[in-house]
Amino acid sequence: MKAIEIVKMARDPKRPHFFDYVKGMCSDFEELHGDRLAKDDRGLVGGFATIGGEKCVLLGHNKGATVEENVAANFGMANPDGYRKAMRLMTLAEKFGLPVVTLVDTPGAYPGREAEERGQAEAIAKSLEFCAALKTPIVVVIVGEGGSGGALAIAVGDRVLMLENAVYSVISPEGCAGILWRDGSKAADAAEALKITAADLKRLGVVDEIVPEGANGAAKSPKTAIANVKKRVLAALKELKKLDKEELVARRYGKFRAMGRFN
Amino acid sequence: MAWLEEMTAAANVPPAKDLWQVCPRCGAYVPKAEWNAANPVCPRCNYHGRMKARARIALLADEGTFAECHADVSYSDHLAFHDATGAYKDKVEATVKKTGEGESVTIGTALMGGIPVMLGAMNFFFMGGSLGTGTGERICRACEQAIAERRPLVLCSASGGARMHEGILSLMQMARTSAAIGKLKAAGLPFISILTDPTTGGVSASYAMLGDVNVAEPGVLIGFAGRRVIENTIHQKLPPDFQTAEYLEQHGFVDKIVERKDLKAFVVKTLHYMGF
Repeated sequence: MKAIEIVKMARDPKRPHFFDYVKGMCSDFEELHGDRLAKDDRGLVGGFATIGGEKCVLLGHNKGATVEENVAANFGMANPDGYRKAMRLMTLAEKFGLPVVTLVDTPGAYPGREAEERGQAEAIAKSLEFCAALKTPIVVVIVGEGGSGGALAIAVGDRVLMLENAVYSVISPEGCAGILWRDGSKAADAAEALKITAADLKRLGVVDEIVPEGANGAAKSPKTAIANVKKRVLAALKELKKLDKEELVARRYGKFRAMGRFN
Repeated sequence: MAWLEEMTAAANVPPAKDLWQVCPRCGAYVPKAEWNAANPVCPRCNYHGRMKARARIALLADEGTFAECHADVSYSDHLAFHDATGAYKDKVEATVKKTGEGESVTIGTALMGGIPVMLGAMNFFFMGGSLGTGTGERICRACEQAIAERRPLVLCSASGGARMHEGILSLMQMARTSAAIGKLKAAGLPFISILTDPTTGGVSASYAMLGDVNVAEPGVLIGFAGRRVIENTIHQKLPPDFQTAEYLEQHGFVDKIVERKDLKAFVVKTLHYMGF
């Protein structure tokens, strides 16, 4: 399949989103709101969750299921408040010995006036520094669109899983085509060149494991996709729980430190 | 008009562009010698022009103390990336040749006011100062060396953001540099981040914003998303001072705006306060 076709699948509004995963894999979910500074961002949500008997903090981008939700959540494009809320919830997880599970699904961090004024750059930067040093396991699942810094801000983890038809990229194919091809309609070429599919990312060492989606992808087989995510997340948590906290953080540092050492 | 051309040629007058520098911000004509002597700062509008990495280092390090490190780390074309205008490898090789640099950041040890530091500067003239795997590796090594030798890190950023020709691994440089900066800070060492024109995209959203102290030069562009992208998203015109250093200071993300001529003294004083 061509990369651009996978991009279309990753963006399919019928794909399971955050609250579909909550419904499909959590026996309990208690959403917690707000960053304690300015707002409760709807583009990035989270709370206490129980997955297969395992208590954790579950966080993720929220694209929304209805038009009203889409608009309230900026289609999963988080504001700085979303990243600050994520850090607050991860601090709770660390303090009370709960692992963190994040579901990544965003076109990118929201490019808005207020987002800039409240420090979109600083919020993402801080989240990267913060996640790298968090003393509790972090399991990341790229479930749909992994759009640039807005995705990465909650994707620095001990295990990075990726659904078969998800994509993860430094820039959208359209954005890249607009800059390097000077023609936004060359997105298909840019998608190919950027190497953004799960198979590419596994080969590049950015993703640890590819999660199969079932027949015709997650939009057509949401139950299979969600069940597979649940199974892989639980397996990863089981392994990570064995590690001592210092060892965990040292390995996480080593994992990211190794990404791009060529010369 | 052949006689006119002959006359001008005979007079041996240097072309206007060699005599005058036009300020890119206010359009003032500044004699080239004056412009260069001021380490390009416009005498009329105080525009702080872009500088090559080594010129900036010369401005900050005590004379003759800078020793470059990690210069062997260079770019990587692991995707064999091609776009409409050709191969990344050809473009980056041309840049290496033109700038004489191997990556978009130059890093080394130096003294600043007699204090041993790790000092680095990004080079906007190297692929737009973009953050490639080599850039990230140099910065990570600088952090680790700073920790090992107990040196503060002083880093000047100038970048359009991640280097998309290196795909997802360019994005990962945001994570690994931020992790390395975090380690440096956790080791009790200062990170002074100097934001120069421009500091945007993936560089602003990683190490550049993580300084214990963030200093910016006057009027420089600092932001995450591009102005046009934001205007197209929100369907509004943004104020003219949007994403300037002054705007960021007002909103609480820059500690201080310092003129280029005062930068070194400010950094040294700050390091004194931090116990160095």
